[in-house]
Amino acid sequence: MSSNLSSHEKATPWIWLVLGLLGACALPFFISNYHVFQLSMVLTYAIALVGLNILIGYSGQISLGHGAFLAIGAYTTAILMDKADMPYWMTIPIAAAVCLVVGFLFGLPALRLEGHYLALATFALAVALPQLLKFKHLEFLTGGVQGIVIMKPEAPWETLFGLKLNADRWLYFFTLAVTVVMFVIGWNLIRGRVGRALIAIRDQPIAAASMGIDTPLYKSLAFGVSAMFTGVAGALSAILVAFVAPDSFTVFLSITLMVGMVIGGVTSLPGALYGALFIQFIPNIADQISKAAPWAIYGTMLILFMYAMPTGIAGLFHLIGRKLRPTHP
Amino acid sequence: METFIHQVVAGIATGGVYASMALALVMIYQSTHHINFAQGELAMFATYMSWTLINAGVSYWLAFTCTILLAFALGVLIQRIIIRPVENAPVLNIVVVFIGLLVILNSIAGWVFTYTIKAFPSPFPKEPPFGLHFISSHELGSIGVTFVLLLLLFGFFKFTPLGLAMRAAAQNPDSSRLVGIRVGWMLALGWGLAAAIGSVAGMMIAPVVFLDPNMMSGILLYAFAAALVGGIDSPGGAVLGGFIVGILENILGAYVIGTELKLSVALVLIIVVLTIKPAGLFGKVIVSRV
Repeated sequence: MSSNLSSHEKATPWIWLVLGLLGACALPFFISNYHVFQLSMVLTYAIALVGLNILIGYSGQISLGHGAFLAIGAYTTAILMDKADMPYWMTIPIAAAVCLVVGFLFGLPALRLEGHYLALATFALAVALPQLLKFKHLEFLTGGVQGIVIMKPEAPWETLFGLKLNADRWLYFFTLAVTVVMFVIGWNLIRGRVGRALIAIRDQPIAAASMGIDTPLYKSLAFGVSAMFTGVAGALSAILVAFVAPDSFTVFLSITLMVGMVIGGVTSLPGALYGALFIQFIPNIADQISKAAPWAIYGTMLILFMYAMPTGIAGLFHLIGRKLRPTHP
Repeated sequence: METFIHQVVAGIATGGVYASMALALVMIYQSTHHINFAQGELAMFATYMSWTLINAGVSYWLAFTCTILLAFALGVLIQRIIIRPVENAPVLNIVVVFIGLLVILNSIAGWVFTYTIKAFPSPFPKEPPFGLHFISSHELGSIGVTFVLLLLLFGFFKFTPLGLAMRAAAQNPDSSRLVGIRVGWMLALGWGLAAAIGSVAGMMIAPVVFLDPNMMSGILLYAFAAALVGGIDSPGGAVLGGFIVGILENILGAYVIGTELKLSVALVLIIVVLTIKPAGLFGKVIVSRV
C-alpha cells in the first residue's frame, strides 16, 4: 500500500497542483455566494477526512466517533468567539491544540482496544455525544439545546486585486489557506518517519515494536493528530455556518465522515478531497427525492464500495493512471 | 421505598429488553466475532412491520408471531446476501458494511413510515396487575415474555440436534464441516435467530419509547454495555448483564444523574469495561499467541 502511494504521489506533477490551486482561487468569483459556501464546507470536510485517513487508513485504528472531535473543535471556536470575543482566526490554533490533547488522551485507553472493540467504544461516544453537549451544568458555556450563534466575520478588504470580495468569498479563501496548510502537514507526516512508523504498526505490530518503534506512543499520537485535523475542520465549519448546536453532532455526522473516507479512499490524501465532494454534493441531489434518500444512497454506496472498490475513488484513479502510463522497463 | 421498588422493577423490565438485544449481539459475535452495529435497526424495522400488521387489523399476538417469522427471514437473507461476501474481509470492511446496513435500514424505515413518532400498542391491560402499585402490567408482561424467550432459546440450544449443530459450528467451524454440518447455513440461522430475538425486544420496548426510526439507538448502546458487562462471548453473561444494566440505568437515572445523561452511563460502562476488564464478568480471557 505504502509503496503504491508514494509512487502515485511522485507521479502527480507539481504543475497540476498549482493549476488546481489557481482554479480554486478563481472559482469563487464565478459562482453564487451559496455555492462558495458549499465549496468552503467541502474544504472543511476534506480536512476532517485527512484526519480520519491518518487514523483509520495509516494507523489502522477504527473510529466511528470522529463527530465528537468535530464538535469539540466547533464548540471551542464558538465559545471563544462568543464568550471571550476572540477574533475568528485566533480560535483555530486553539481548537487544534484542544483537540490534539483530548484526542491524545482518548487514544490512551483506546490503546487497549482493537478492531471491533475500538469501533464499538467510539460508536458509543458518537451516540451519547448530543446528550453530553446538552448537559445542563455546562449550559453556561455550550448554550444547551439552543447552541451558540456567532457573528459571521466580514472580509477585511473591499476588493482583492480589483475583484470584489464579500464575507463568503473571504471565508472561502481563509478556509482554502487553512486547508493547504493542513494538507501540507498531513502529507509531511505521512511520507516521513511518523507515517512509516504508523504503517509498520498497522501491518506488523510485533515486528514494528521489535524494531524499536514506540507502539503506544505512535498510536496515541495518531489519535491526537487525527483529532487535531478534525478539530480544525470543526472550528472552520462553526465559523462558516456561524452556529453550533448539539443536534448537528449526532451519530450520523460521524457516519457521514466514514462515508466520505470510504468513498474517497482510505489511505489517500487526494481521496479526502473526493470524499468531501461526495458528502457535500450527493445529498443535495438526492434530497429532492426524499429526506431519507441521501442516507439510503450513502448506505448502499458504503456496501458497494466495500465489495467492489475498497480503495475508493482515489484507488480507482490510481488504477486508471497506471493502466494509461507506459510500463517502466 | 415504593418508588425505589418501582425503579428496580422498571429496571428489570427494560433490562429484559437489553438482555434480549445483548443476547442477539452475542449470538452473532460467538459465531463470527463480528459486532453487529445494525442489530438495533433490524429490531426497529421488525417493530414497524408488526405495527403495519396491527394497523391492518391483525390481532396483536398473530402480528407478534408473524413479525418474529418475518424478522427471522430478514436476518437469514441479510446474512446470505450482504454479510457472506465480506465474512473474511478485514475488520474495517466488516464494520463499514454493518454501518451501511444500519444506515440503509434506518433510511428505508424513514422513507416508508416517515419520521413522525407513532404510538405502539401494548398487549397487556392498562390497569396494574393484582392491584399492585409498583409495577405496571406492561412491565410484568414484558418481563414474562423475556423469560419465556430465554427459556425457549436455552431449550433450543441445549436439547435439539439443530441447536447442538449451531453451537458446534460456532465453536469449531472446521471440525463441524468435517462431520457434515453446513456451517454457512448455521451462521445464517444464527443471524435469523438474532433478528427474531431483536424483534421481540423491539415490540416489548416500543410501547415505552414509542416508535420512530431512531428508537433503537439508545437501546442498542445499552445492549452493547450489557453484552460487554456480561462478557461478549457468554450468552448467560449477556442476559445477566442486561438486567444489571437495566437496573443500574433506572436507579442512576432516578437518584444520581437525572434522565438527561442516561446514554452517557452506557458510554462510561462500555469504556470502563473495555479498558479494565475486556472479558466482562463471564467471558473467556483471550490470549493470542505471537
